[in-house]
Amino acid sequence: MKVLVAMSGGVDSSVAALVLRDQGHDVTGVTMRLWGGESDTGCCSVSDVDDARRVAQQIGIDHLVFNFSEAFDEAVVAPYVAAHVAGTTPNPCIECNRHLKFSALIERARRLGFDAVATGHHARIESVDGRRRVCRGADENKDQSYVVHMISGADLDYVVFPVGTMSKADVRAVAARAGLRTAAKPDSQDVCFIGSRTGRAGFLGSRMEFHAGEVRDESGRAVGEVPAVELVTLGQRRGLGLGGGDKRYVVAIDLPSRRVTVGGDEHLLVGTTRVVGLVWPHADDAARVAEVLVQGSAHGARAGARVTLADDGAEIVWDAPQRRISPGQSVVFYDASDTAVVGGGIVAG
Amino acid sequence: MVRPSIYLDHAATAPLRAEARGAMERHGDMVFANPSGAHRASREARTAIDEARDSVAGAIGCAPGEVVFTSGGTEGANSAVLGAVRRHGGTAVCAASEHHAVLHCVEHVGGEVVAVDATGRVDLDHLSSVLAARNDVSVVSVMAVNNETGVVNDLAAVSQVVRQHAPGAVLHTDAVQAACWLELAPLWERVDVLTLSAHKFGGPKGTGIMAVREGVHLEPLLMGGGQERDRRSGTHNVAGIVGTAAALETTVRDRAVECARLGALRDEMTGRITAALACATETAAGAPRIPGTAHLCFEGIENEELLYLLDLEGVCASAASACASGAMEPSHVLAAMGIPRERVRGSLRLSLGHTTTAAEIAEATGIIVAAAQRLATAGGPR
Repeated sequence: MKVLVAMSGGVDSSVAALVLRDQGHDVTGVTMRLWGGESDTGCCSVSDVDDARRVAQQIGIDHLVFNFSEAFDEAVVAPYVAAHVAGTTPNPCIECNRHLKFSALIERARRLGFDAVATGHHARIESVDGRRRVCRGADENKDQSYVVHMISGADLDYVVFPVGTMSKADVRAVAARAGLRTAAKPDSQDVCFIGSRTGRAGFLGSRMEFHAGEVRDESGRAVGEVPAVELVTLGQRRGLGLGGGDKRYVVAIDLPSRRVTVGGDEHLLVGTTRVVGLVWPHADDAARVAEVLVQGSAHGARAGARVTLADDGAEIVWDAPQRRISPGQSVVFYDASDTAVVGGGIVAG
Repeated sequence: MVRPSIYLDHAATAPLRAEARGAMERHGDMVFANPSGAHRASREARTAIDEARDSVAGAIGCAPGEVVFTSGGTEGANSAVLGAVRRHGGTAVCAASEHHAVLHCVEHVGGEVVAVDATGRVDLDHLSSVLAARNDVSVVSVMAVNNETGVVNDLAAVSQVVRQHAPGAVLHTDAVQAACWLELAPLWERVDVLTLSAHKFGGPKGTGIMAVREGVHLEPLLMGGGQERDRRSGTHNVAGIVGTAAALETTVRDRAVECARLGALRDEMTGRITAALACATETAAGAPRIPGTAHLCFEGIENEELLYLLDLEGVCASAASACASGAMEPSHVLAAMGIPRERVRGSLRLSLGHTTTAAEIAEATGIIVAAAQRLATAGGPR
């Protein structure tokens, strides 16, 4: 099989390429250049490209660099800024997977005659009741099914996750045994286009206007101030100028009137959550999915719920009240065994 | 199995000429000494450099004392632009289609970038008005031949404008893409500084030539032993310099014949491609161009994809310049020419040179047409 492996320069995608080569496939590595600006972490710094290229050279495969920076700006960075202007908290890694890795790259690979695209994600693609589905990776601490949940059923026949069946420790051991220079490279942690020195505030500050906001308690009494109401997230505890006292959390953000409300964490609990932008791996999953386990962040706990379809999205009715999830965050629906992805969506604002 | 390559990227770098390799082997082995020494071994090396300098001066039409050996085109361009501003103060002006080696220097000193017309030639009216409007221009840089499109600037007209409106300014031309195709003496006549890069005409990488007219002063970029008459320091790259001279001699000797031969092949290739593909247009087809470069835009096709398919079939070509990661950057040259972004995405440069054969062009043309047709029917990019 002729496989195009997306190589970020990290250990997982290095081993993904190695595993495929050892299985006898005709493997080509590609590093996607996504972010054109300054950054010190993530997929697109020159030293990460160097690492990917050196690993490719070492294991004897060709290595390409594709420049997707314009599409990345358009599909990931600009919406990330726009979401903050609108007061929501997006997940740019999911949007990158949705629009770049599992869309633009797949389309390109098909045009260029590849039989499959592989990445180093810790997830598996399995047949569940006769349908191809994204399933949780073997290493539950590293499972990335949440961030790749949006892959469509048609593309699930085209995508390969070679390290999804391995533990992270095994991945590192394989890399070390093969002498790959990425064997001990730390995992990337942050949003690739935001440098650690600039931070989220610095990055957004040069692209949008911040507004100071006042912080009130639930009786309406002013208790603190924030320099940028756009940077406040639900559930936040620090940086609100509250001083000491009881633990209080952000329980509501009113962007137009620039007001943040704080209260005890019981005020964060909700019985239902509205979601939009639904994705279903297979077209009729929408009709089949009712009882699900819902995960609301990359490594978050899952909670049982029923999903009720509405005209412009769906309502999640929780089995027991749950902490509110910030608007803009993705929720992913898993089957009852908490193994296979059956759908997903974005929390409405 | 990987096919033998058809190399159509001579404008990026040309294969080393046999004459250059021979000269470098002779001198590299035997003449190892530092030419600045006071013993017989040094004198041998010094002789080799003196002979190379005479030969290069002959090719340019300048005096041997006006030839400065550099590390390449980038050093030459930096020396001309930054050297003039550091020496004379003031600022720098260049055309928007210049190579980054010039453009980034001009931007670095806060200089002014002049528009180009739809063919990429410098807009002489804009140049006049920029120079007439300010009296602090110490250097003007206009390339002889564009590295992406092969379009030739009218240096006689440029020179006239510069001498009229900025008589004190140093006029530099980046002639890196000119050496294989144009007589250098008529270019040199018009300018104060002319820079070349050896590997573009079949010499070794890491060597270049800067001709600086007698009486024109530039602050040196590299200071030290003052080996190149205080205009450039650093121990001479003896093997590189003799290789450069040998390659340039051969280039000059073969130039007229190669221009005719390769121009015919280029035209045959672009004619067949544009006839076969409705989405293909030749860039600046009506403008004066060097014979060796074909520049095409394939509408609806991504050049990264086209280059991949060509590479798979053994055809080495290029699009624009690559960044440090190796990713293709959108061309600033085509943007300056006002070519819309959708067409710039599908730009391709095929550059011919001394190793190119008619059989290669025939085969490559078929491969290019097939690859572009395949991508066009695959639906193209989003």
